[in-house]
Amino acid sequence: MSECLTFEYQVPGDDFTRAGEASSSVKNKLKMMGVDSGAIRRVAIAMYEGEINMVIHAGGGAIKVMVTDDNIRIILADTGPGIPDVEKAMQLGYSTAPEEVRSLGFGAGMGLPNMKKYSDNMQIDTEVGVGTTVTMDIHL
Amino acid sequence: MVIREIKALLDAQVLSGEQMLDHEVEEAFASDMMSDVLAFANPHCVLLTGLCNPQVIRTAEMLDVSCIVFVRGKPLDSEILNLARAREMCVLHTEKGMYTTCGILYSSGL
Repeated sequence: MSECLTFEYQVPGDDFTRAGEASSSVKNKLKMMGVDSGAIRRVAIAMYEGEINMVIHAGGGAIKVMVTDDNIRIILADTGPGIPDVEKAMQLGYSTAPEEVRSLGFGAGMGLPNMKKYSDNMQIDTEVGVGTTVTMDIHL
Repeated sequence: MVIREIKALLDAQVLSGEQMLDHEVEEAFASDMMSDVLAFANPHCVLLTGLCNPQVIRTAEMLDVSCIVFVRGKPLDSEILNLARAREMCVLHTEKGMYTTCGILYSSGL
């Protein structure tokens, strides 16, 4: 069995300007580990979208990144409001982000579709009022 | 096209990443929506935007963008520039609007 490196982050929910720090940190770590730059970019974009989502919709959360020889798994877990209709949330352009978030350049309804696009597998476990966990795999 | 040429064409100021001016870029992507940049921009492009917040730098970082052009002459705060400098990104600042900026760069071959 291959060795697994794990990185964990707490994402604060009250500071939009800091959103992305965890993704930036993971990107740098993967770079230092010599991971393929295309794979790093996919991880960085998918994780960053998830991190932004956490801040916008869920008041922050926890991110775990697990790196093995052939896979990078990103687990984003929050205790936010949950997603009432996952199918709708996955539609390009569908967004429930408030106007304030749009003025910051986000909330165009591309987050979840983008996360799916840049990962090889994505699973969403969500329950209204309990929270959401998104698990993404990027194969190396 | 090298970044130095973009700077000259747009009559832009260099606010960060002077050392990147001879870096070659092949295409540009223009948007004020970072969600769309993450969805549609190709890596290593030049990012043209009128949005001024730290998430522009973070978005650029995720896509390995080496040069950002801030259009419409909006002032940039030190937090944005510090993030860009830490990532060795070239930041250009032009008084020209987005439409004009795109037109100039497109007609010049970018």
